[in-house]
Amino acid sequence: MIVAEQKTIDEVKTLLADARKVLVIGCGTCVTVCFAGGSREAAILACSLRMASQLEGHARDITDVTVQRQCEWEYLDQAADQIKDAEVILSLGCGVGVQAIAERFPNAWVVPGLNTKFMGLPTEQGVWAERCAACGDCVLGLTGGVCPIARCSKSLLNGPCGGSEGGHCEIDPDTPCGWQLIYDRMEKLGKLELLMDVQPPKNWQKARDGGPRKIVREDLKLHHEE
Amino acid sequence: MSLGATGNPNPEANKNGLLAGSNLEKVLRAGHFAVTAELGPPQSADHLVIRNKARHLRDCCDGVNLTDNQTAIVRMSSIAAGAILVQEGLEPIIQMVCRDRNRLAMQSDLMGAYALGIRNVLCLTGDHQSFGNHPTAKNVFDVDSCQLVKMVSGMRDQRVFQCGEAIKGQEPRFFVGAAESPFAAPVEFRPYRLGKKVKAGANFIQTQLVYDVPAFETFMEKVRTLGIHEQTSILVGVGPLKSPAMAKYMKESVPGILVPDELIQRMTKAGASWAGKKADEMSKEEKKARSEAWKAEGIKICIELIHKVRAVPGVAGIHIMAIEWEEAVRPVVEGAGLLPRPNMHEPPRTDTD
Ligand code: SF4
Repeated sequence: MIVAEQKTIDEVKTLLADARKVLVIGCGTCVTVCFAGGSREAAILACSLRMASQLEGHARDITDVTVQRQCEWEYLDQAADQIKDAEVILSLGCGVGVQAIAERFPNAWVVPGLNTKFMGLPTEQGVWAERCAACGDCVLGLTGGVCPIARCSKSLLNGPCGGSEGGHCEIDPDTPCGWQLIYDRMEKLGKLELLMDVQPPKNWQKARDGGPRKIVREDLKLHHEE
Repeated sequence: MSLGATGNPNPEANKNGLLAGSNLEKVLRAGHFAVTAELGPPQSADHLVIRNKARHLRDCCDGVNLTDNQTAIVRMSSIAAGAILVQEGLEPIIQMVCRDRNRLAMQSDLMGAYALGIRNVLCLTGDHQSFGNHPTAKNVFDVDSCQLVKMVSGMRDQRVFQCGEAIKGQEPRFFVGAAESPFAAPVEFRPYRLGKKVKAGANFIQTQLVYDVPAFETFMEKVRTLGIHEQTSILVGVGPLKSPAMAKYMKESVPGILVPDELIQRMTKAGASWAGKKADEMSKEEKKARSEAWKAEGIKICIELIHKVRAVPGVAGIHIMAIEWEEAVRPVVEGAGLLPRPNMHEPPRTDTD
């Protein structure tokens, strides 16, 4: 899932500036599961902003709504009237959600209420960790299902740097060393020989370095008859 | 000012069987026990710092490593510092880390370094930028150290850029080095990782600092079993300890450095006359005397370590890391009986081929 966390209330207030009519819009997918921007968080944030505006003597009309997926226009359309009616849309979707609103509603002023962090999973209650860097050319088949791009701080492809110690990465004792994880798994599975080949430099063109990415599936496109 | 072989195509490099024709390569090729040392460029644009440090290293080593933004702290470029050493008549080994440059910048710098008369390069991963003085920087890691080794040797042996395009003019011909940290985790993988670097083309290896000789012997046993020592020259990292605090710090805080308690005790004992005294109760002279006593013991230990690692089969030399203490190099090399350094100015072979 996409994992995000809320911006501070102060930053949100700055983004809202002196807007009178605010719509907080939550998203029912990833950010609901990571407790950052679902219907519950949207309602709570709307309520806190309302209280703050009352305390500060700056009355705002703040409502909230949550759509099932901000990243698809057909779901956003269900909230079209509220979106068009608001002076500022505070999106609690990920960065994709914010941009979907901006694209679908050219006249809407939309600001982000979240910082989108990474693609990852919950490792325990209340903890989420990064797992995929969307490099566009998956190498997990070489490394036993542990990603050296996302989980090694230096995205090394040929084994651990000299900073690995006691299972953790040199950057911080709370960050597991991705290469220690790869090594342990490959050893357990009897596949260490897969780590002995020298891996060539990665084709970063397939990652973000190649520019904004797009997938076109001709087989799925709707082709209109002439 | 002499710039040595600056920019001139070096047809000899192939004819005489040498890869790059560097002094270090010749020393190793001739079977001498090699000595390299380290010089940290300044956090300023002052060339005199390099020239002054070079004085301490002159004639007591076969090559001088110029660190590349070590510990992710911005310093004068290793290539610029290396070019100054060429002017001074010393042999530079430029370090190149993967953190700060992509493959375009690296190849461009390699050609520039060669044109400036530099003939050795040590390919490193590089410490993460979170350690240094620009922790908010973006890192690169376009290639890793193994891939960098392959890129540098490919430019020399296949005369191609990393993309596969031919180098039409003079190719940069470097004696290619890599590093290994024998005791970093996962320890069982280290000899294999070393093997990968050698497979990628590493002509010489400089190891992380070794203080624990039995642990190093175990590592070397595995290296010999894999036959790696026959395909590359392994230079063991050694460094004089400056104080018991430094020894403890390295033991506890630097990944991959094992400092036996016995050495920490020896360092502590060296300062025993001042034991129990707090820093603010000591006069300047006392502090200086204590520091001198520690340093003397550190140098003594370093010399002993050199004798011990030299006896380990498969070891081709030592790499002395006297961090911000270049003055210590000469007494260490001299004490270890490694002076004078071989003069390789003569061509290694006079017969025709
Ligand atoms: S310590 Fe491990 S995770 Fe961290 S940079 Fe080195 S190899 Fe990668």
